[in-house]
Amino acid sequence: MDTALFTANNVWMMVCTALVFFMHSGFAFLEMGLTRQKNTINILFKNIFIITVGLLMYYIGGFNLMYPGEFNGFLGFAGFGLETDAAGLTAAYADGGYTYWTDFLFQGMFAATAATIVSGAVAERIKIGSFMIFTLIYVGLVYPIVGSWQWGGGFLSTLGGEEAGFYDFAGSTLVHSVGGWGALIAIGLLGARIGKFDPDGKPRAIPGHNIPMATAGVLILWLGWFGFNGGSVLSADPALTSLVLTTTSLAASAGGVGAFVVSTLAYRNFDLTMFLNGILGGLVGITAGADLMSPNEAVLIGLISGAIIVGGISLIDRMRLDDPVGAVTVHLICGVWGTLAVGIFGQKAGLEQILYQLAGIAAAGIFCSLSAFLIIFTLKKTIGIRVERQEELEGLDLHEHGMDSYPDFRMNQH
Amino acid sequence: MKKVEAIIRKSKFDEVKKALHDIEVNFFSYWDVTGVGNEKQGHIYRGVSYSTSDIQRRYLVIVVSDDFLDKTVETLLDSAYTGNVGDGKIFISEVLDAYRIRTRENGYAGIN
Repeated sequence: MDTALFTANNVWMMVCTALVFFMHSGFAFLEMGLTRQKNTINILFKNIFIITVGLLMYYIGGFNLMYPGEFNGFLGFAGFGLETDAAGLTAAYADGGYTYWTDFLFQGMFAATAATIVSGAVAERIKIGSFMIFTLIYVGLVYPIVGSWQWGGGFLSTLGGEEAGFYDFAGSTLVHSVGGWGALIAIGLLGARIGKFDPDGKPRAIPGHNIPMATAGVLILWLGWFGFNGGSVLSADPALTSLVLTTTSLAASAGGVGAFVVSTLAYRNFDLTMFLNGILGGLVGITAGADLMSPNEAVLIGLISGAIIVGGISLIDRMRLDDPVGAVTVHLICGVWGTLAVGIFGQKAGLEQILYQLAGIAAAGIFCSLSAFLIIFTLKKTIGIRVERQEELEGLDLHEHGMDSYPDFRMNQH
Repeated sequence: MKKVEAIIRKSKFDEVKKALHDIEVNFFSYWDVTGVGNEKQGHIYRGVSYSTSDIQRRYLVIVVSDDFLDKTVETLLDSAYTGNVGDGKIFISEVLDAYRIRTRENGYAGIN
């Protein structure tokens, strides 16, 4: 391959790597904006922990667990650490798409997003030590193993033989639902924040303390998705990348509008946070098939994701589960929807594909739920996963960190 | 001397301040407070309705000589009024003495 083309491909992939990295500030802003001031340092600490430790875990062994080369299709490991020969730095490595290092770093940026999804759901009441342990195991082992089943060449990718199988373009199942299942199990075992549900089980509102930051967070996440989906093309192919960026942004817009319209009709107010969650739902929904959909289909998938968001948030409330940022709805429910949509719309639509998609959803769902349950239940029964009542009421910043997130600036305390 | 404490709507503050200046009451302190009262504000967040009786108000403290008292209270009552529940309250108490720090004057000279 022409060096110039290889360079162009690799440059695009590296730009996408940086964009996906930047999503972590999106998650940080969104999560801290939708929670209370007294827990801000704690939330941000978790987010910083995830990106740093997550990337290191991926370097230590996660990458080689996710891409083990030749393996039995279920579990394989290519060794600790990173190593490549000269061919790994040439067009011979990945059809001229990128080098070995770009491969590691790009995939590494994805890995941490699975844990960060959980951090939003468990906000304001989880013990930070327990969360760190959970992150190490979930990002270090669970995420790469699930990823290996598809992107690593494992059993899901060859369900229907060499050319047919489960399809997940950029990770509606492999990234988002992995995080989503973890989040669901975690909030089930953790319990709701004090005061979230009144004695009759009706939900109470606990408004976020910084809606502007939450808004900035969602826009940053949308920007990051240009890299998340754009880079999943695995080259700078003009036709595919431009289509993917188009379907991605159309789905985001449609997701927002879908959530805005449905929530306004349902609740009779213009709720900004629903609008924001809708955008994310649309993005997650298109992630499985961004390269397969036409613009019309992308808009439809987005609209449906947006509507799902509103119903999903209400459903989580009615199940007496407390999800401060809507992580389960955005990442699990829309992740499943986006995965199924690959069988319903687009170039791979068909009954066979729907069955492959269901297989992938089920495999990830069972494995992730069981793993998350095992990890969190064990933590619950040993060191505990929830802070003491007084600590939760006075804020994790004070008790877990001894710090003040806004030492010079007092807002209303609840 | 009397201390006049008024809890008023924040939205009426500019009007109140101007009205006080118009009657030559030029010195007072104020800060923002949260209080509970009869006014309830309806909110809705992610589909969950709630109403807060925690309301934001502004608290003024004015120390005036006895001959200014009635004028000050009248002005406050007129300028802070909207007619809706939650317009606020005025409290009068006795002040034993007042000093101007710069000149060490006290009594009537301390507040004029």
